[in-house]
Order: sequence, then C-alpha cells, then structure tokens
Amino acid sequence: MAAEGTIDALGQFQLETSLGALGASVHFTQSNLMMLIASGLILSLLFFGMRPKAIVPGRLQALAEIAYDGIRGMCDEQIGHEGRKFFPFIFTLFFFILLGNLLGLLPFSFTYTSHIAVTFSLALTVIVLVTVVALSIHGMHFFTYFFPAGAPKLLAPLIIPVEIISYLSRPVSLSIRLFANMVAGHVMFEVFASFIVMMAAAGSFGMLGAVGPLALNVVLVGFELLVAFLQAYVFSILTCIYLHDAVHLH
Amino acid sequence: MDVLAAKALGAGIAVIALAGVGIGIGNIFAALVTSVARNPSARDQVFGLGILGFALTEAVALFALLIAFLILFT
Repeated sequence: MAAEGTIDALGQFQLETSLGALGASVHFTQSNLMMLIASGLILSLLFFGMRPKAIVPGRLQALAEIAYDGIRGMCDEQIGHEGRKFFPFIFTLFFFILLGNLLGLLPFSFTYTSHIAVTFSLALTVIVLVTVVALSIHGMHFFTYFFPAGAPKLLAPLIIPVEIISYLSRPVSLSIRLFANMVAGHVMFEVFASFIVMMAAAGSFGMLGAVGPLALNVVLVGFELLVAFLQAYVFSILTCIYLHDAVHLH
Repeated sequence: MDVLAAKALGAGIAVIALAGVGIGIGNIFAALVTSVARNPSARDQVFGLGILGFALTEAVALFALLIAFLILFT
C-alpha cells in the first residue's frame, strides 16, 4: 500500500483471523486456512489423480505419477536403499512447502512459508528426525560423526566444536533460507507495485512510466514461480542429504 | 545524524555482501557451463548440483537482504 509516499512492505505478512467470529474465537488465522487448503489440494490431487488407475495416464494422473516418481527418485538417489522408508516424509514436506510457496503467489492469498515460525518448525522436525534416526541406527557410535576418522588427533579441540556448531546451525540455515526467499520475493512485489501507484499518481507522463515497474512485476512473478519450486526442492533435498548422513555417518 | 538517514545508510552498507554472492553465483554457473561443455552427457547430474549450489549461495544474499529489511522496516 502506498500511503503518502511510504511503502508498507511488511504489512502483507500480518496475521489476521479468518472464517469470521468462529475463527476469531479459536485464533484461526489466514495462515492456518492456507495450510488447510494446501493439504486439501495435495490430497485431492493424489486421490482424484490416481482414481482412474489407467495404464495410459490422463493429465491429472500423469501429474500425480510424475510427482510420486520424482520424489521417490530423489530419495533413492540421495539416501540410498534405506531411502524408501523416508519417502512419505520427504513427499509430504516437499508438497507442503511447494503448495505454500505457489498459493502465496495468488493475489489476496497468504504465503505461510513466509513466517519463520512455520519454516523453523519444519526444520526442527527434520533435524529431530535426523538425530533420532542416527541415534537409533548407530547408538553411541553416532557421536563419532563429530570427529571424522583419520583426522589428526591434535586437531580434535578444533574440529569437534566446529562440527557440533555446523550440525546445530542446520535447522537455522534451513529455515532462514526458505523464509528469507519468500519474504524477499514478496517484498520485491510490494515495492514495485508501490512504484506503479506512485508513478501513476504523478500525472499522464507518470502513467507511461508506470509501465516499467508493471512489466518488471510480471517478470518477477515468473521468477518467483521458479523460486517457489527451487526452494521446495532445496529444502527436501537437504533433508535427504541430512538423512543420508544420519543413515551412513559420512 | 538523522535516524532515518542512518537507517538508509545502514541498509545500503548491509547489502555490500551481495558483491561476494554475485562472484559466487557467477563462479557456480561458469563451472556448470564448463563441465556441461566438456561432458554434455553429464548434464542431468551436474545441473542438479549446480542448482543446489546456486540456492545455497543465494541464501547468503538473502541473509544480507533480510538484515537490510530489518534495518529499514522495523
């Protein structure tokens, strides 16, 4: 919103209660509503997509099959043979983030992945799962992860803290990457959209000039579509890599 | 100094980090182009790695951008 020449870039991330009085009484925000819509879309894609069970798939079935095959391929490739166990988790994670990013690009909607609370909870789930898996497979042997075999013993006081810090900073970098990407993208939209309003308000010559930021915003939407896919992909592939580390210990 | 002016300056200084990120992303794609040119059949495997490297490097840019936003808008 361009009120008197100032750009309110972060106002779009404000949480409000949705669904009227009922929603307000349980603090049901538009973020929760978008999460429900995203989950519903994924489930209905899989349900209605796979219902025909055709040998030659139609469009919807092909989409569901490509999604399934793609994520399963990623699991097998990154984690190895044990990847099959984690496939449902990775699939859910990927599509929850992807749908969050994509739905946020629709006008008047809300990007739930633009809140650090959401992305950090996702990252924390991942890191707790990774640690639990590693501990349950390797037991106490897991702690050799912080000191690679073959490294000189003299360097131990240096290597071990560095490894521990890098292990603990994984959820932070994982969550901030996704959250910052989404926030930066939407702030850019807001800033350029404000330029359109400001220039158009400056008279007929400004109207012509406003075509510039408008065209830029159109290009940005295309770029943000790419980023939406890329960030969901990066989040899930990094989860796969961490799981690989947990299963195989280096 | 005026607080608003100091904020604008601070945000500007915060995004100097983007210079390094620019060099990094340039390096990643230069290496990607070179490797695909040398061995076009490795394209599919190398492309995924390149995109992963790009996203990890871009995250650094976004940390800097985030600091700039925090300075400007809070």
